[in-house]
Amino acid sequence: MKILVCITSVPDTTSKISFTNNNTQLDPNGVTFIIGPYDDYALARAVELKETGKATHITALNVGLADTEPVIRKALAIGADDAIRVNAAPVDSWFVATQIAEVAKSGNYDLVMMGRESIDYNSGVVHSFVAEMLGWQVVTPVMKLDIEGTTLSISREIEGGKEFLQANLPLVVGCQEPIAEWKIPSMRGIMSARTKQLQVVEPTSTDLKVKTLNFELPPAKSGCKYVDADQVEQLVSLLKSEAKVI
Amino acid sequence: MSILVFIEAAEGSIKKSSIEAACYAKAVATQINSQVTALVAGEASEAEIQALGKYGVEKAYLLEGDPFKNFAIAPVSAALTQAAKSCSAKVIIGAKSNLSDAVLPRTTAALKASMTTNVVSLPSTNGGFEVKRSIFTGKAFATVKLESDIKVLSVKKNAIELSESPVSIQVEKLAVTLSDADTSVKVTGQEKATSAISLPEADIVVSGGRGLKGPENWSLVTDLAKTLHAATGCSKPVSDLDWRPHHEHVGQTGIKVSPNLYIAIGISGAIQHIAGINASKVIVAINKDPDAPIFKVADYGIVGDAFEVVPKLTQALSKI
Repeated sequence: MKILVCITSVPDTTSKISFTNNNTQLDPNGVTFIIGPYDDYALARAVELKETGKATHITALNVGLADTEPVIRKALAIGADDAIRVNAAPVDSWFVATQIAEVAKSGNYDLVMMGRESIDYNSGVVHSFVAEMLGWQVVTPVMKLDIEGTTLSISREIEGGKEFLQANLPLVVGCQEPIAEWKIPSMRGIMSARTKQLQVVEPTSTDLKVKTLNFELPPAKSGCKYVDADQVEQLVSLLKSEAKVI
Repeated sequence: MSILVFIEAAEGSIKKSSIEAACYAKAVATQINSQVTALVAGEASEAEIQALGKYGVEKAYLLEGDPFKNFAIAPVSAALTQAAKSCSAKVIIGAKSNLSDAVLPRTTAALKASMTTNVVSLPSTNGGFEVKRSIFTGKAFATVKLESDIKVLSVKKNAIELSESPVSIQVEKLAVTLSDADTSVKVTGQEKATSAISLPEADIVVSGGRGLKGPENWSLVTDLAKTLHAATGCSKPVSDLDWRPHHEHVGQTGIKVSPNLYIAIGISGAIQHIAGINASKVIVAINKDPDAPIFKVADYGIVGDAFEVVPKLTQALSKI
């Protein structure tokens, strides 16, 4: 079974976000880029599936410009066998899904794994676009995934609980915790990642469906109003008559 | 030509977030001079379906048959695509949920439409179709333009106030042809906390953090939540330690909430937690550390020991 793990390169969760160029671009100054946390779960589970002999090969895929290569190398260090970078800025979910579907098809992958959403634009639609483009099924958000032959047992989060599913390959899954524990690359992994193949391919052309016009930051909070610990009644009355939320 | 709204129902009732989506759809319909059609997924009582008319829904499609009962992704997506074709939908609207997260994009791809998620305001439809959406997990907003003929929007909770615009509603069964592939993913079981108030849906959320010291102290959170008819949540360390189930984890990699009132008890307010709550209208923080970062985003704060403050607060609230 061949697995394609799609990874995003996104600002670290602790990053302070700001924009430049008249609020049309993310300011990368002082931002550390990481593998999307949800994608990192997908990758960790893929590596476990290979370690237990259930997967034969893992390819990490990123749609991005050359500056994402450190993040791709990290995926190789964690345990992907090789990697592909589609050389284009990931400007639109439809565009990204088209590239993933193309790679999945031409590389004969059986399982496409990725995070439930990227943590930069939070769209959470790429997995489902890819499935529809390939004519495959999709399950998201996946919290547990096991495989026996070509049958997968999956647990998926629903509101207030979980649902258990049985599905067949080929399949696309959007992952989240606790599907696996994040893996920290070992020194040996980091060394071997340097020589693993990272193939750069040019994108397939497609129309853009959604265009981002500009960005803005939320208005600053006006400040916290403190209530004395012995005066909880005062908090109740503020919530009732000032904030009007109870 | 129509505006199609995706309505989710369970155990007879339509979800409140779906009613919000219907109001959003009605507002869009008013803007572009169209009318609202609904696809109802799940079990809704006759009265609940009729009540959609109160919010401006003129026609509702209902689904019948086993494949739709479990909210399986592919059959419901096929139904939504069919509904969109039947009513010549120009815009499709759904409330963000674990089901719509999977269903709306499949339909979008099938219709080669444009889609955006986490929408926080009504579109501007003067010479284009632009909406504002939340990005970077609530740390920023983007204005995006949807370029295709058909537009699909997933709307964040509290993006619009509920408002009534009553019409009479016509109800119709929707015939959907499913392929074998559509029913190939089988639901084998479900595990659900039945009595709990749904966290993403709740108007009030009470959350606890590591400051509560252990799962045995959770009655502080649940008692307060019960008094306020609130959902309960927790921080990531709490769900990582298995003090509380994962579906209660609020934060960057958990559930992002946008209730009217969010009460954080014993939560220091790591940036990843803030990301999951900063769309809340009002935030109350109770923490014994006056320097805890949670107070930077809170509207009201009490510096004090949760074990003393919370029971008093619960008592004070039970009197109103």
